Amino acid sequence: MVSEFAGFASLAPAYPELLLALGALVLLLMGVLAKKESAPWITGITIGLLIGVGVLIVAAPSEGVIFAGGYINDGFARFMKALVVAGSVFALILAVSNAEAHGLNKFEYPVLVVLATLGMFMMISANDLMNLYVGLELQSLALYVVAAFKRDSSKATEAGLKYFVLGALSSGMLLYGASLLYGFTGHTQLNEIAQAIALGDRNAGVIFGLVFVLAGLAFKISAVPFHMWTPDVYEGAPTPVTAFFASAPKVAAMALVIRVVFDAFEPIAQDWQQVVIFISIASMVLASFAAIGQKNLKRLLAYSSIGHVGFALVGLSAGSLVGVEGVAIYMAIYVAMTIGTFACILALRNEDGYVETIDDLAGLAQNRPFVAAMLAVFMFSLVGLPPLAGFFAKWQVFLAAVEAQLFILAVIGMLASAVSAFYYLRVVKVMYFDEPTQTFALPAIELRVVIALTGFLVITYYFTIGAPLSQWAHTAAGSLF
Amino acid sequence: MVLPYIFFYLFSAIVIASALMVIASRNPVHSVLFLILAFVNAAGIFMLAGAEFLALILIVVYVGAVAVLFLFVVMMLDVDFAEFRSGMLQYMPIGALIGIVLLLELLLVAGTAYLAPEGAGSGVLPIAGGIENTRALGQILYTRYIYLFQACGLVLLVAMIGAIVLTLRHKPGVKRQDIAKQVARGKSGLEIVKVESGKGL
Amino acid sequence: MNELLSNYLPILIFVGLSGVIGLALLVAPFLIAVKRPDPEKVSAFECGFEAFEDARMKFDVRFYLVAILFIIFDLEVAFLFPWAVAFGELGWFGFTSMMIFLGVLTIGFIYEWRKGALEWD
Repeated sequence: MVSEFAGFASLAPAYPELLLALGALVLLLMGVLAKKESAPWITGITIGLLIGVGVLIVAAPSEGVIFAGGYINDGFARFMKALVVAGSVFALILAVSNAEAHGLNKFEYPVLVVLATLGMFMMISANDLMNLYVGLELQSLALYVVAAFKRDSSKATEAGLKYFVLGALSSGMLLYGASLLYGFTGHTQLNEIAQAIALGDRNAGVIFGLVFVLAGLAFKISAVPFHMWTPDVYEGAPTPVTAFFASAPKVAAMALVIRVVFDAFEPIAQDWQQVVIFISIASMVLASFAAIGQKNLKRLLAYSSIGHVGFALVGLSAGSLVGVEGVAIYMAIYVAMTIGTFACILALRNEDGYVETIDDLAGLAQNRPFVAAMLAVFMFSLVGLPPLAGFFAKWQVFLAAVEAQLFILAVIGMLASAVSAFYYLRVVKVMYFDEPTQTFALPAIELRVVIALTGFLVITYYFTIGAPLSQWAHTAAGSLF
Repeated sequence: MVLPYIFFYLFSAIVIASALMVIASRNPVHSVLFLILAFVNAAGIFMLAGAEFLALILIVVYVGAVAVLFLFVVMMLDVDFAEFRSGMLQYMPIGALIGIVLLLELLLVAGTAYLAPEGAGSGVLPIAGGIENTRALGQILYTRYIYLFQACGLVLLVAMIGAIVLTLRHKPGVKRQDIAKQVARGKSGLEIVKVESGKGL
Repeated sequence: MNELLSNYLPILIFVGLSGVIGLALLVAPFLIAVKRPDPEKVSAFECGFEAFEDARMKFDVRFYLVAILFIIFDLEVAFLFPWAVAFGELGWFGFTSMMIFLGVLTIGFIYEWRKGALEWD
């Protein structure tokens, strides 16, 4: 019963988590004990730490199930963790030159990002309802704080509060579902739940548990009908934080959804597929229409992210290997596009501060042609025009849906995609065809590097990273089946 | 033995009654006090169910700390409570609707447990006899579940950082006593003057 | 079950007794005491002049931080109970496990201290 410590070697699969936890503690101590202003160099060390963790995940794979079956590190987990780390690193880089303006110039910010990343790792590697919940809470708690970090701004405080209240509600739903699952199957470990469901008949208790757990998780990926918080939080939070929210936590929550439905609810695939198809259609359709009326850029991107979650869920709806592979590729491309778009937004600063509304972008092409061109590329990619990366992302998930005979879902997805083109292209139109009203300052060097890098990946996706990424996603998805 | 039943109904009745009073009482401070009463009686129900540890943690954490926090928050807010309540009738229908939906869901689940007893709780592990549950928890929490245990430590750390980052403000220009500095001061800045008697300084 | 309950018999008697005494002291004045209220007697007394405002006053928001930090350490202590009870069976692994946990929270405590969260102003 009392498990003895079996040596550090047995912990190898969890080295990334250990490194992050240790790093967060050391950084916190360094930050608070330092005599002078510590935020800049702590941010630097944190970026180094996260990159180190990313390299560890990619280059030194160590897979296995440890901690009494509660923790699993497999190909899928490694793929998703690499994406999460990329999101976190870029979120920190985006904040470097804007920290002061966004109230992020405190050393606690990078430390909280590291702790949130650790929570996301725990979510991705959770093989037990308890681990799932603790990881989710670690992540969410850090994110609530980060959302309200600019505490003297009423908008940021409102964002933090909304995020917290609705997040707590969703955690409650998740816990209620988890307790039902435990009550009706007698297990908390995902694969044991699957076994128990397969042995017994499917009863209402398990179905209720499934629905509540999925509803709780749908909050975290901000899928309709649990998306209400997204536009407000995205608008109110400091922009680098919004970039973080739109990338890493979504990947982690999506990974969690995938693992839960495939590991724990594999025997009742019919039931969860219904739910996933419903939220997928609702997200795609609602986001496409709701975004049309938006004037604020960050709100527009919030609806865009809701829509993209819907598209990614199309792949999951298929419930097949190709589908999961599609979701993995989708999330990777989505992270690149999101980071690039937010870098563009942060790069645009005029005399009154950062651009907020779409109309502020008027005539950007004449003023800052590079940023305007890149933003246009990201918009086209978000629509899903070939040969940009966004097209291949959608191609993969729709392919999976068609293979699984979900024709109606695929058609609705394509129609929603066509509608969404309207609001993405409006941004491009304003940039290229409206008269300039203001001039923009030269963006900071690291922002230009981020824009160029993500832009390069999005444009040349098919020729450069497309093939290796698909290969990796294929292996990753394979580890779930 | 009928005694546990008597206590169960006694505790349950008080929990429900005081929960009702939490939302019905006019003074928010009274609401918090009724909440404490509800917590204490819920602890009694836990005790009857044999969950001693949970019962006592409920007292220590919820009654001892959370309820105090609630009291602080209630006393910190400068709201006109009569006005606060005026919206109650307006929100009553939607609140009632949500309440009924939740009740139906609970009934459905409980109904399944009644209709298909083999489904509900089929795999629930029996509590090992002869071992009190605080010890049983202690035997696995720190070893088998070490990963979760340490993660809980980090969650608490995040809560600590968050509370300080979001609420701590220092007034500028406050002079603090620094005892180490005072002790190590020596004679610097100090001048000893011999004063002749009757002359003054 | 009944054995468990009989273990708590002293507490039960204690709670019952204190309840009875408390209630008795609350109810007795209603029955026994002389009551002759008049407006001057029951109105709030403030140094001889009319009361300015409500007796309720706003608490300082800094109490909130104190309460939150208290809850965190309260929860930490809650984790100590099962550990202490099962200490003999846990061995070095369980001991180290708790020490790491306490270490993490000590780092939090250092942070708190250095930030000046324990000082009032």
